[in-house]
This record gives sequence, structure tokens and C-alpha cells, in this order.
Amino acid sequence: MLNSCKLKIAGLQAWYDSRQVLKGFGMEIRANKITAVIGPSGCGKSTFIRCLNRMHEIVPGARVSGSVLLDEQDIYRANPVEIRRRIGMVFQAPNVFPAMSVFENIAAGLSLNGLRNKQKLREVVEKSLAQVGLLEEIGSFIHLPATGLSSGQLQRVCIARALAVQPEVILMDEPCSALDPIASFHIEELLSELKQQYTIVIVTHNMQQAARISDYTVFLSQGDLIEYGSTPTVFINPRDRRTESYITGRSA
Amino acid sequence: MSRDLFRGMTAVLSLGLVLLVFLMAFVIWQQAEASVQKSGWEFIVSRHWDPVHEEFGALPYIYGTVISTMLAVLFAGPVSIGAAIYLAEFAPRRTKALLAFVVDVLAAIPSIVYGLWGSFVLAPFLRNYIEPWLGKNLGFLPFFQGSPFGLDMLAAGIMLAIMSIPVITAVAREVLETVPDGQREPLIAMGATPWEVVRIGVIPYARNGIVGAFTLGLGKAIGETMAVTMVIGNEPKISASLFSPAHSMTSVIVNEFAQATSVLHLSSLIHIGLLLFGLTLLINVLARLLIYQMSWRVKKRNENT
Amino acid sequence: MKILENHRLIWSRLMVGFCGLSTLLISGLLLLVLGYITLHGLPGANLNFFTRLPAPVGMEGGGLAQAVAGSFILIGLACLIGIPWGIGAGIFLSEVGKDSWWGEGVRFAVDVLSGVPSIITGIFVYSILVVKLQSFSALAGGVALGIIMVPLVARNTEGILQLVPQGLREAALALGLPFWKVILKIILPTAARGIGIGVTLAVAGVAGETAPLFFTSLSNNYWSLGLLEPIASLPMEIFRYATAPFAAWHELAWTGALVLITIVVSGMLLARILLPGYNFRR
Repeated sequence: MLNSCKLKIAGLQAWYDSRQVLKGFGMEIRANKITAVIGPSGCGKSTFIRCLNRMHEIVPGARVSGSVLLDEQDIYRANPVEIRRRIGMVFQAPNVFPAMSVFENIAAGLSLNGLRNKQKLREVVEKSLAQVGLLEEIGSFIHLPATGLSSGQLQRVCIARALAVQPEVILMDEPCSALDPIASFHIEELLSELKQQYTIVIVTHNMQQAARISDYTVFLSQGDLIEYGSTPTVFINPRDRRTESYITGRSA
Repeated sequence: MSRDLFRGMTAVLSLGLVLLVFLMAFVIWQQAEASVQKSGWEFIVSRHWDPVHEEFGALPYIYGTVISTMLAVLFAGPVSIGAAIYLAEFAPRRTKALLAFVVDVLAAIPSIVYGLWGSFVLAPFLRNYIEPWLGKNLGFLPFFQGSPFGLDMLAAGIMLAIMSIPVITAVAREVLETVPDGQREPLIAMGATPWEVVRIGVIPYARNGIVGAFTLGLGKAIGETMAVTMVIGNEPKISASLFSPAHSMTSVIVNEFAQATSVLHLSSLIHIGLLLFGLTLLINVLARLLIYQMSWRVKKRNENT
Repeated sequence: MKILENHRLIWSRLMVGFCGLSTLLISGLLLLVLGYITLHGLPGANLNFFTRLPAPVGMEGGGLAQAVAGSFILIGLACLIGIPWGIGAGIFLSEVGKDSWWGEGVRFAVDVLSGVPSIITGIFVYSILVVKLQSFSALAGGVALGIIMVPLVARNTEGILQLVPQGLREAALALGLPFWKVILKIILPTAARGIGIGVTLAVAGVAGETAPLFFTSLSNNYWSLGLLEPIASLPMEIFRYATAPFAAWHELAWTGALVLITIVVSGMLLARILLPGYNFRR
């Protein structure tokens, strides 16, 4: 199981209207590892991970070609709704549903898909909250609207919400960029625990964060994959000069 | 229910709306056809309206509608724009919410209630105080001649002004609030007075939107029925004096619809309706285009920065 | 230089003052109208008004019970048509056909409809329903008022949905929820307050509509609950009583106006107070 391939990407190209954002590349994402996606802004990082659970196509005028295999199954030949249930996503801004309580937020993915069993929902919500370390912290407030929480707590609610659906892969689009350093630290710790059970792909603009938490690192530039390898290799001994100058901050 | 079924359902509802517009135009046209066939262009230039002899010329009604509407915009314009500017630019935040509610309520008061108020409060007030005063002091002008009547063109104009004020104010305020802060800040930094910020930075930018707001108020005034019917006096006269009773396109339809026994009479009334439909269509399209153009420019500007 | 500065400042104060005065004038106008209606209408607002039918000329103690009931029936019918149709079209405009030419066409149709004078809508419904059914009817009145509601509800729904952050849609989609559940179960409840306030404004708008009722529901001096019979309504009765030459009837008209305004304004206030949800800032 260890080191097996979870997502196999081939010839992935993506467009917004006529502008090509991803130029066509392939790679394999390892199961139960954290893969960091880094690169200068506008390089297609976000578009890349949004292609991995078919979120790219919801933007009007967006197109994708190529294939993404989730355990052998091409997600572009499957029902996108089911794919998103298996490949969850956490966004840059902690976007909790304001009309719902914390409990309802976390249960939303299951309850709105037809799970009515109160007991089961409760178990799942508590387990997810425990996984993100919030059960103790906000346990008594879970039936109140989420509006009173700090942004770090909100982001962890969002992660719990993604976990509750029991996905196999979690995609994270700069999950810490709206948080203060302490909240970010909590999330980073959390990720290291989560990788026991999930495959994680995280986009980050924070080089130290990528180096600290990830097992593998992908470097994208101008819609192309420049370098992909184990994080120590990419950071200490990059093959490509562009990677090196980006990591050392000499150029974007 | 799949994604497509849901989309399909909302699309069908929307398609229904588009069809409704066409159906409405078609039905009104059909009902007016007998009169259109018989009277042709004569309909809008003849001032002779005689149901007994089946002669139908709508000029007095068109005149009444045009003049009362112009009066309305004249009276309502400065006040509405002033209030919109105050609401958008100067009002303290908490007052703002309250005042916005006041405008909402003013807009929500039914026209029949305005009509009631107009005929029992406004008209006697005009007859007893305002009109005699105007006649005495400005009587040399043709607009203020004749005996004060109260239920007349002036009352209709004021009534319509009161009713279009909330429309113009609400839309103009919304338009002003879309003006980006970038239009204000450089002026403030240069030491411009609050009014200069509005005059130089805000108003030129929002000009089309404000004109659009006016035009929407105009559209509202033209189609207004009950309040006008109750205060305009309902006599098909064409007179320069604002003290003279008059008639309007909407009020003649309401007044004569029930008594219209002949096909041609009914058709002529609906012919007036058709003109009204066309007129409001034109005005509203124009207004929307002006407002769209402005919000589109704001959007474009935001994308560029 | 000093004089110039003063001149600019005084001018600014004057103009800002004018703007403030305009606002004051508008508020005063509202008080004036509401004040007169309360003054004249309150004495007649007793139990009789709500429980009795109109009394013949010269007799005391008549009410407008049938008109109050009729108005509620007409508004109910209008809501049955106006709310689902308007919200459906609003969802289409905001979520489905947003950037397409087709969406622009629908938006245009909504604009056209909201500009059509209500009297025209009345004539339209008269031509398609009253003539066909050979009778003025509550049904026709409800349909006319419903048609008037649709563009109001649709425009407002679209506007409010546009204020819901795109991130919420993405978050919901990423949970593996189908599109229709995302919209109906997450986005719509989030926007519920704004949509509800818009609906009450639309209801308030049609509750006082009179012109279209001349051609559709007409009026009735007696109880009538059949959908295919003419039905009384507050606005129509206010008009009839206000234009009749009897002082006692005028009183009834004032009270009718007071009741009508109370219904309209309390509806608006209640919506603001009771509706749950969020005020999105424009």
C-alpha cells in the first residue's frame, strides 16, 4: 500500500476561454503522502488541483483535456458529483455555510446526500471534529452558528466538513493563507496526522511550509510541470535551474 | 432530480417569462386592431373623442399624460436626486438604514391610498391656498390662469411627483453607491469640499445611471392610474393652464372601460393601452440601457485594476 | 484666497444642506400621508369594519369584511403564481444562465415586464381570462396580480443570490453535492432573508394594486369565496367609497386605506424582524 499511486495524471491541459493555463503534463500522486504544489502566482497551481476533482469546469468558459485516474478510474469519464465525494477540497478562505450551525456544516455533505440517521450523523461529526482537534475546543457550541469562531477554527471546521464525507483524497488550495501563524501551525500539525488515512495535495505559496510538511513537491511554472520529486531532493538538490532560483527566491 | 432537470425547470420558468412578454404584446395588439385599422394615425392627432358617434381621437389623453408626467419629473427630480445624494454620500450609517426604510415605505404605499389622500387633502389645499396665491402673483403666465379647481393638472403633477420620488431616489442611490471610492479619494486628498467631491468625482461618473433613474421614474408616472384618475378632474381638455381639469391615458381607460359597449369603443380604449405599452416599453428599455452601461463600465474598470 | 476658501465651503454646506433638506422633505411627506390616513381612518377602525358587510346608504354600522377577506384571497392567489415563478426565474438568472445570451434575453424580458403599467396587465388578463370565462373572477384578479409580482420577485432574487459569495457554491460542490441541492439546500437558505424581504415588498406592491382589478376581479358587495366569481378587495372598495358622494362612505374609504397600509407596512416590518439569515452588503 505504501508509496502506491493514488492519482495518475496524463496530458493534463486546461483553458479559461482561449487562454491555456495548463500546458499538458503528467505525474503520479502517491497515496498517504502529502504532495505540495508550489510555483509563482499565476503558474496554474490552483487550476491544477481544481482539475483533480473537476472543480475547474464549473467556471464558465473553462475546459479541460487529458486524463486523471483515481485508482485506475478516469474521473473525467465518471459522474463529477461522485468524484468530488471521493476527492474533497479545502479552500483558501474558510467558507463555512453561514445559514447553518457548526454541526450542520460538518454534517452537510452526508445529510444533504440523504443520510437521515441522527445517531450516525452525530458520530461522524464528532469524529471529524476530533480529527481536526476541535471537539474539546468548541464541543459545546456545535449547535450554534459558526459565526463566532476565529478564522483558524473556521478553517478547521471546513477541513472537518471535508473529512466527514470520508473522501480518499483531500485537495487544499492555500488553506493557511488567510490564517495567522499559530493557526497555520495547528493546521500543519493536523495535516501530518491526516496523511495516515488520506492522500493530501496542498497548494502553498509558503516555501517553508512546503518544506516542513510535504513528502513530495511539484514545481509548476507558466502552466508546465518543471520539477517533481521528493521534497528533500527538490529543495536541497533541484535538477532544474528555474526550480532552484524560485526556491532560493532569486526570481519568480 | 438531476442537474439537468433542475436547470431545465428554471429555464422553462424563464422561457415562460419571455413568452409572456410576447403574448402580452400580441393580445393587446389584437384587441386594439379594430381601432388601429379604422383610425390609423388620426388616432393620436385628433382631439375629438365621441363614443356615441364612434369617433375616437386620443390627443387630449396623450396631452394629459405627457404634461402631468413632465410636471412630475420636474417636481420630483431635484428632491429625489438631493435625497439620493444625501443617502449615498452624507447620511450617518444608522440614519441611512432608517431613511432607506422610509423610502421603501413611501414606495410601498398603494396608489389608491395616494389617490384618496390627493383628492381629500391635497386638492382642497391647492384650491384654497396654493392656486389662488399662484393666480394672484404669477397670473400673468398662461399656466396659472383660470379659476382654481383643485382637481386639475397641477394636482396630478404633484401626485405623480410624490409617487415617483421613491422610485427615482432608490435607483439613483443604488447607482451612486456603485461609484468606486477611487473617484472620491483623490479629490478628498486634494482638499476638495464634500460637495466638490460629489460634483466633480461622483456625479459625472454616475450621470448615465442617474438619467436612467429619472427615466424609470418617468415610466412609473406614465403608467400610474388610480392616483391620477382621482385628482386630475377627468375632463378631456387641452389647456395651457395647470388649473384646468384634464384627463390621462390611464384614467380614460379606467373611467370608460365599464361603459364601453361597442366593439370600437372598447378597441379604442385598448388602443390607448397599446400606445401606453409601447411608450413605457421604450422608456424602460432606455432606462435599463443607461443603468447597465454604467454598471458595466464599473465592472470593466474593476477587472482592469 | 481666504475669501475664495470660505466661498467654497459655504457653497458646499448649502448644497449638502439642500440634499439633507430633500431627505427631510421626503420623510415629512411620508408622515403627512400616514398622519392623515391614521387621523381619518382610525375612528372607523372597529370590529364592525372587519366583521360586517357594507350597509346601504344612510344606514350606520357597515363594514368591509368581504373586502378584507377578498384582498387576502387575491394576494394568496398572486403568491401562488408570483413566488415560485419569480424565484425560479431569479435562480435561472443568477445560477444557470448567468453569462449566456439566453440569460440576457430573460433579464431583458424581466425588465420589460416590470415596466409594464399594471393597467396593461389588467387589460391583458381581461382579454385572455375574463372574456373566455365570460365573468370577472377572483382567479383573473389573482393571475393579474401574480404576473405583476413575477418580475419584482425575479429581479430581487437574482440580486440577492449574486451577493452570496461564490466560495460557498464551490465549497458545497466540493462536498460532492449535486448542483440542485447546492442551490436549493445551501445557497437559497443563505439568501433566505434577502429573498423573503423582496417577496414581502412584492406582496406589498400588489396588495394595493387597483387598476388591474377593474378588468379582472371587479368588486362584490357580498361574501364570495368562489374563484370564478367577482370578488371584493380593499383597494377597489376604497376607490368606490372614496368617489361616492356620501360622507359616511368616505369614512369607510379612509379606514380601508388605514387597514391596507397597516397590512402592507407591518408585512414589511415583520419580514425584516422575523426572517432569519444574513444581510449581505451590497
